[in-house]
Amino acid sequence: MSDYNQQMIEKYRGNFLKEVEANVEEGDWVKMCMQCGVCSGSCPLGPHWEHPPQEIFMMIRANKREDILSSSSMWMCTSCYNCIARCPRGLPITHIMHGLATYAKRLGLAPKEQPTAKFAQLFWDNLTKTGRVNELKLGLSLYFMNGFGEGIKTALKMKDVGLGMLKTKRMTPMEMLGGHKCKDVKGLQAMLKKAEELEEARIGKRG
Amino acid sequence: MADMKIGAYICKGCGLGERLDCDELATIAKRDGKAQVVQQHDFLCSEDGVSMIRNDIDNEGVNRVVIAACSRRAKTDAFNFDGEVCVARANLREGVIWIRPDEDEFQETTQEMAADYVRMGCAEVKYQTPPHPAEERGCHEAILVVGGGVSGMTAALEAAKAGYPVHIVEKEAQLGGAVGQMWKDIPMHSPYTDPVEPVTRRLIEEVEANERITVHLSSRLTKTSGAPGRFSADISAESGSTTTENFGAIVMASGATPYDASKLPELGYGKSPDVVDRVEMEKLAIEADGGPIKRPSDGKEVKKVTFIQCAGQRSEKEGHLPYCSGDCCLTSIKQAMYFKDRNPDIETEVLFTDLRTPGAPGEDFYRSGQDKEVTFRKGVVSEVVAGSNGPVVKFKDLILDEDVEEEADLVVLATGMVPNSGVDIELAAGPNVEGEEEEAQTDSEGNAIEIPVESVLNLTYRQGKDLPHLKYGFNDSHFICFPYETRRTGIYASGPVRRPMDTPQAIEDATGAALKAIQALENAKLGRAAHPRSGDLSYPSFRKEGCTQCKRCTVECPFGAIDEDEERYPKFNEARCRRCGTCMGACPVRVISFENYSVDTVGQQIKNCDIPDEFDEKPRFLVLACENDAYPALDMAAMQGNSYSQWARVIPVRCLGSVNTIWITDALNSGYDGVVLMGCKKGDDYQCHFVKGSEMAHYRMSKIDDTLEQLNLEKERVETYEVAITDIERAPKLINDMAETIDKIGMSPFKF
Repeated sequence: MSDYNQQMIEKYRGNFLKEVEANVEEGDWVKMCMQCGVCSGSCPLGPHWEHPPQEIFMMIRANKREDILSSSSMWMCTSCYNCIARCPRGLPITHIMHGLATYAKRLGLAPKEQPTAKFAQLFWDNLTKTGRVNELKLGLSLYFMNGFGEGIKTALKMKDVGLGMLKTKRMTPMEMLGGHKCKDVKGLQAMLKKAEELEEARIGKRG
Repeated sequence: MADMKIGAYICKGCGLGERLDCDELATIAKRDGKAQVVQQHDFLCSEDGVSMIRNDIDNEGVNRVVIAACSRRAKTDAFNFDGEVCVARANLREGVIWIRPDEDEFQETTQEMAADYVRMGCAEVKYQTPPHPAEERGCHEAILVVGGGVSGMTAALEAAKAGYPVHIVEKEAQLGGAVGQMWKDIPMHSPYTDPVEPVTRRLIEEVEANERITVHLSSRLTKTSGAPGRFSADISAESGSTTTENFGAIVMASGATPYDASKLPELGYGKSPDVVDRVEMEKLAIEADGGPIKRPSDGKEVKKVTFIQCAGQRSEKEGHLPYCSGDCCLTSIKQAMYFKDRNPDIETEVLFTDLRTPGAPGEDFYRSGQDKEVTFRKGVVSEVVAGSNGPVVKFKDLILDEDVEEEADLVVLATGMVPNSGVDIELAAGPNVEGEEEEAQTDSEGNAIEIPVESVLNLTYRQGKDLPHLKYGFNDSHFICFPYETRRTGIYASGPVRRPMDTPQAIEDATGAALKAIQALENAKLGRAAHPRSGDLSYPSFRKEGCTQCKRCTVECPFGAIDEDEERYPKFNEARCRRCGTCMGACPVRVISFENYSVDTVGQQIKNCDIPDEFDEKPRFLVLACENDAYPALDMAAMQGNSYSQWARVIPVRCLGSVNTIWITDALNSGYDGVVLMGCKKGDDYQCHFVKGSEMAHYRMSKIDDTLEQLNLEKERVETYEVAITDIERAPKLINDMAETIDKIGMSPFKF
């Protein structure tokens, strides 16, 4: 992964805007930002971002590669689409934020302890195993995301909810044993593998 | 006039007949107004009503017409008798029935209001004579264009296309002006994506091919005298020869000079050869002519260029321009494209605080710049210093909130434009009235923005050599309401001399100014006024025997129309006059008058209003309202169903500047309880149609307190207000305020 990062640094030496254009989904829109700040003002999570979107766009143009890619900011996006609806220049800001997050992860620069990133990985792993989301396992893996002790604490705290769900048959402990799955798990996994190969090839070709 | 015959016509339409006792009004017109013919009509502005009046004019010898109907601003087409007779309009509709509630308890006072307006109309018309065109009429058709840049050449071509001969006077040895020195210009047509050939090349060809246009290169105006229709100009060439030509009108398109970047040492100009201004950047581009652009110091190809916007502009710092020059942002985008279009890998950075791209190409051209990956960075530059490999720009990035230092191969300063507007005659008139040599002005005003010391027009007008400046040294009279107009009739400003602008705007400007110039000379031919009383035939004349040579009229005329003759009497140049009457208001001995507007026409209206004695408890107060804004505001208030005090009597005046203080003293002496004056907004952002009229009036009224004191009257009895045409609710309120004031302080002791 870090090799890949090094490879990119060398390829786009000093021109992060070009790098973003080539590698980030909708990245070629970044240059069209006119710095009005409507996106940052519209973001419901704005105050919690280290760098709001307007600033991220400026940082890209100012070549602040590491700062952006290792930032937690774009992981904070909740896809509310306020910014897209309001951007006077029509930039697909939400998509660019996800694009940047994906690219950062691919480069291995995404922040390690960022909860959104962690959850996204757990969700993906859970889903791709059987082709169906196993809610019980996903819930538990979330409880234990930050260690065993905390997992127990959270589980105890949530036990009334869990029992209630059991009673009303909203949850079955049998899911623990594998759970339900889609018809052709093998086929799905082969499909995903193929997609991954294609993606690798594409990046390899372009990157 | 021996055979004056007054006809009074009372309309009963629009509810006048129901609300008012028209028979009584007719009696008043006959008895008090001394009208020989009095007629009533149910619908006066109908064909039948108008032909009734027309018949009396033609067959009964009526030559003074009083129309007691609607406001003078309504039905002007119907009641237009081609200037053969004098017409007064008694405003019974907007001025009486619409502005007063239709209730029985007010019936008596409403009728009194109407009766007064009928009396006033009859009195006014008695003191009018039908205006005749001015004797002094110019007949020259040629148009003089000062300046051979985009604006000047366009004005010349447009005037020539309309059939008028044109002379262009250009101080340089070639045509083209500022745009002529550019490599490429901002696009004027869609798609607004790439820089284009400057339009000057085509314009020069067209001007040279046009047989109606004569070009004087390397020439200046050394003397300009006369008035619209009969200007005479001495055109002196650098070689020393002088020709004198006659012109009907003048377009001043003397353009702007780039701001002197040597005043910006903090931005590295003069310290590093690789810091250039926008004009030098064009030169570098012309030298490269599509090839790699090389920096001046060592001829190295430029790989990174930084543009600094607002260099020495939009800044209150001493020696800087306080205004935005309007086209520098687009120019920097264009110049950045010079690099990007050749080689997209060249880094181009534009440091701005507010990017302003006005006009049709603006936003699209900006997007095109972004699309070509010109980097726009919001930042304030503190300093440019010399580095080891080139100039280093130090700035604060306002988005990222951090201080940055960046080295560049070339730094371009987006400097502004300074108008070539000639001598600031108001400054010049200050310390040394006789207009000492120019050096004296620079010394005494050395810290002002920039005082162009050389006169452009060299007018022989008493008020000074050049056009008065509006703001920041630009020549214009009002760039929103009256573009191209200046305070010198027949001389029109066009292009960046009137406000900062780019090429497309200058072209549009020039077309407008050429049209204005044509209008001015055609009006002058007929002896009529130009804007804003376009077509008015009346002009001021003065009674020489009474004149004390105080010169107030010559000084206060907003348009410099009045010179002095050899005997030091005022010399009116009718063609320069806009007919505002500011001279009439200024004259302390009241010898200045118009044929249809004079101290008497208004003075007699004031006298002929019926003043009830003090036991009646019916106050009367006078409202003198500017006919351009305040009077229409009151009319509109009436249309909207507002109301104002029944004690007010409103008289429209041409401009508040024409109000002679004698009207105020006469009114107060004859028992009026108060006077309200309503003029337009004055000051730098004035709305006065005659620029200085309202200001003069306010100044004069600030001195009225002495008069009031002499009369032993309260100061509150005279109020002067600035009223805009939109003050539909405020204007009636101001009138009501006066009614309240009178209620509070009591009636005037001067009633008989």
